[in-house]
Amino acid sequence: MSGLNTKLARTKEDKIFDAVNITLLSLFTLAVLYPLYFVVISSISDPAYVSAGKVLFVPKGITFEGYNRIFSDKSIILGYKNAVVYAVLHSVFGVFLTMTAGYAMSRKDFFGKGFFTVFLLITLYFNGGLIPTYLFINYLGWINTTWIMVALGAVNIFNIIVARTFIQSTISNELLEAANIDGCSHLKIFFMIILPLSKPIIAIMILYYFVGKWNDWFAALIYLDDNKKYPLQLILRNILIVNAPSTEMTRDAQEYATQQRVTELLQYGIIIVASVPVLVMYPFVQKYFVKGVMIGSIKG
Amino acid sequence: MIQTITYAPHFISTVVLVGMMMVFLSPRSGLINNIIQMLGGEPIFFMAKKEWFIPLYILSDIWQNTGWNTIIYLAALTSVNPELYEAAIVDGATKLQRIKHIDIPAILPTIVITLIFACGGIMNVGFEKVFLMQNSLNREVSDVIATYVFEQGLIRAQYSYSTAIGLFNTIVNIILLITVNKIAKKLTDTSLW
Repeated sequence: MSGLNTKLARTKEDKIFDAVNITLLSLFTLAVLYPLYFVVISSISDPAYVSAGKVLFVPKGITFEGYNRIFSDKSIILGYKNAVVYAVLHSVFGVFLTMTAGYAMSRKDFFGKGFFTVFLLITLYFNGGLIPTYLFINYLGWINTTWIMVALGAVNIFNIIVARTFIQSTISNELLEAANIDGCSHLKIFFMIILPLSKPIIAIMILYYFVGKWNDWFAALIYLDDNKKYPLQLILRNILIVNAPSTEMTRDAQEYATQQRVTELLQYGIIIVASVPVLVMYPFVQKYFVKGVMIGSIKG
Repeated sequence: MIQTITYAPHFISTVVLVGMMMVFLSPRSGLINNIIQMLGGEPIFFMAKKEWFIPLYILSDIWQNTGWNTIIYLAALTSVNPELYEAAIVDGATKLQRIKHIDIPAILPTIVITLIFACGGIMNVGFEKVFLMQNSLNREVSDVIATYVFEQGLIRAQYSYSTAIGLFNTIVNIILLITVNKIAKKLTDTSLW
């Protein structure tokens, strides 16, 4: 918006407004950026300097020992592998279900469309809650399987509605009719027309499902018992939060000190390692965000 | 650029966020306490002080989500007809006047919808962050319904009691949602349905 109004009259008031605006935004951006930057520089600094408060703007006593330890730790590597498997399978499965459901819901000739729409929307407001869901999954025998991590949350109603609206508003009915007259089956229409034309929305969906699963530790905490199946975030929780030295005052001094040194060495690097896959993905899909939200906000 | 930076924290996991808080606020080696000590103050054990729980919860949420939540308003603003701005500029409106008379009315429905959603979510404060930030020292201020359900249901195995709490909570939520929606409809003509 700011592009077109700078050319014409700029009153004194406008200049003050601009100055205040730029200052506030810069401050906010700095406030958001600094903690992230601090984690990065601390992860490659000597932990002794970091905990003494000597690292503030530039890394000091550069060392990669933290990263060495992280990448030689078997449980972290395994957790990384598990998290990648869960997140990738979950995204593929989730996007497939979302797009197929979205396509079906977008067709005016879909039998029982109104019923299914209400059926899906109810779950946005009502769900069984934690315990019934747990009991149900227990009854299905999915506890402690890879499958539960892939399947849980793979149908996101909100995403289905976004996909449906996207298909409805960008792919013209004439195109589908023409394809139909040329003898395209529903499957062929879906794979040859709908999917190629829905790339922006698919990109956002992949990001949402991937990030959602990558960052998910709670499902793993509840539904997995075998620590060989734990995803990275749960292992991270155990290192950063559960075993954080500050919460356990009762340990004997020797063990306490060792524990604290290890944690201090690892903590910054591990934050980076755990966030990198997501932060790498996100600039590529960022340009679709506003579009995705706009579509999502159109109802009906 | 500002967008790229301020959206980024949204993608950081709750575990990492709480982990970062614990690292930064650590009484012995944390950044914040180092700064406090440099300025001559006494270190504060933030995570164990119950009066700090709620401020920390809110501040970290602002840090993480403010940037991301601007997207929805950005989307609403891009749909404003540019001719409105041009006409306003020709008429000599300053930026503040344009914001007051064009932008705010344009995003008002979005503001109302966001408010309705937020009210619908009042009883569902994020379980994950509370659960992660919780420890025996701040327990009495940090418990929310969801963590209570978790504890009663999965740890003490009182299935029907905790299911009932959960259902009750959902009903309270729906009532809140409907009420706020009605009020919003009366006052601003904007509503979810």
